[in-house]
Amino acid sequence: MPTTLTIADVERIAALAMLELTAEEKQLFTKQLAEILAYAEQVQAIDTRGVAATAHVLAGRGMERPDEPRPSLPVDEALANAPDADRGAGLLRVPRVIGG
Amino acid sequence: MIDRSAREIRDDVAAGRTSAVEVCRAVLDRMQAVNPTLNAFNLIDADGALARAVHVDRARAAGETPGALAGVPVALKDNMCKRGMRTTASSKILERFVPPYDATVVRRLEAAGAVIVGKTNCDEFAMGSSNENSAFGPVRNPWATDRTPGGSSGGSAAAVAARSVPVALGSDTGGSIRQPGSFCGVVGLKPTYGRVSRYGLLAFASSLDQIGPLTRTVADAALTLSVIAGADDADATSSRQPVPDFTAALTGRVNGVRIGVPRAFVSEGVEEGVRRAFDAALATLREAGATLVDIELPHARYAIPVYYLVATAEASSNLARYDGVRYGHRTSDARDLKEMYSRTRDEGFGPEVKRRIMLGTYVLSAGYYDAFYLKAQQVRTLLRRDYEQAFERVDAVAMPVSPTPAFRLGEKTADPLQMYLTDIFTVSANLAGLPAISVPCGFANDLPVGLQLTGRMFDEETLLRVADACERVTTWYKQRPPI
Repeated sequence: MPTTLTIADVERIAALAMLELTAEEKQLFTKQLAEILAYAEQVQAIDTRGVAATAHVLAGRGMERPDEPRPSLPVDEALANAPDADRGAGLLRVPRVIGG
Repeated sequence: MIDRSAREIRDDVAAGRTSAVEVCRAVLDRMQAVNPTLNAFNLIDADGALARAVHVDRARAAGETPGALAGVPVALKDNMCKRGMRTTASSKILERFVPPYDATVVRRLEAAGAVIVGKTNCDEFAMGSSNENSAFGPVRNPWATDRTPGGSSGGSAAAVAARSVPVALGSDTGGSIRQPGSFCGVVGLKPTYGRVSRYGLLAFASSLDQIGPLTRTVADAALTLSVIAGADDADATSSRQPVPDFTAALTGRVNGVRIGVPRAFVSEGVEEGVRRAFDAALATLREAGATLVDIELPHARYAIPVYYLVATAEASSNLARYDGVRYGHRTSDARDLKEMYSRTRDEGFGPEVKRRIMLGTYVLSAGYYDAFYLKAQQVRTLLRRDYEQAFERVDAVAMPVSPTPAFRLGEKTADPLQMYLTDIFTVSANLAGLPAISVPCGFANDLPVGLQLTGRMFDEETLLRVADACERVTTWYKQRPPI
């Protein structure tokens, strides 16, 4: 496993995470994430053959209910916090997605 | 007035010896007097609180039975939604977010007669151990204002310690209730995973997050938990486990209770003053009739890497929702959707949140998932088994909360890994889903130190009973900070 990260690695992760980092942030994170990952690598030495993964401590023991529609937030309340909404039409507006 | 416990306030309001309005006014005065120094509150809702207090008094005058928290002022960590009350998670990305609904804990508190007085400062999205990651500035420790109150529920702990409120809710993903509780000399309880509904809590790491109380007495923690606990249709991970009256567990009797001490694990890296307070607390428990048993938690030393792999992975997924579309900050003049997303998130998130999203995205990405994320989940299983084996022999596990008392503001901010290591004794309870409590057990260099007790799943009663027994024979909880 790599104990070092490159700026290119950090740029690749930032793109996946939808974060536009500044040049200084990229430098800093390259160093800091490498240190944290190097520390975290100690888990790889532990023998976990045949050990099931724990994703959730209550797996299978939580609340279940019939999948029936229920009243939800009224549209005007759901839009009240939107940075750009057409409240009359009940729509959220976003920049162009396709084409230019 | 401001020194009164929640139980005393409730009893006085119920008996008509004082009014909810009188209590509310005293608390608001105190909050406003100390907040310029402590910065414990992101929002103080004086008008809303007074209106609510009037409502509580009127209900009592009309002959309604007063609730379990009638007239008790409660502060919410600013990552819990209250309808109409700005909720920011101490993040610029939610600076103007006003929730259109109540968290389940808020509904339950208000149904019990509690008066919500405001929102407490915290680390951004509850990510931090010092409250220095808040977009609205750090909180200061009431015992020493050049020091951190701990994090991430630092504002809640500081507010309770400073007698601003008798009760505050916090959230605990890796120690965020217990560690500030310890640093500020108050009681902090992280319930069993699933005990309290997370509906309306802004998610950080969904398999670890849990809401709980910060209070000055163990009895108030028990009282508050009795109100907020229980199954909730709106949170599929909440548990149907029956909710007892937790205050009934405070019998003062710990005869025969077996307390496990993981000697090897707690022997490393603990500061001398903390060690002395911890040893004194163990002696107190033994004198009270508890039996101390040496135990081992062989995988506890891996808890930090496991925690920071699991928690950041979950955070990277949970925080994907902050995209500038439905709520929160949006960048201006983005040319297309993708640029809007990435610039919005760069402008809205602080450095620690970005760091954790980056780390979480990395460990979930192709090629690293098995080596980091899956491996961490497997070690999480081994850690759970360590506790299961320990609980065959003991009823609770005792550890320090933190290796040190409150450290200085700025002391660890330049080195994230050093900051993460301060969570060594708290994260394993979250990974295993177990309840854990921090209770004041002494001072080191005039700074409070807490004892941590971890229990079996859904056995908060034993923790509360043992913590209460400690409280009865010591006076730590009566000490007031200088502020």
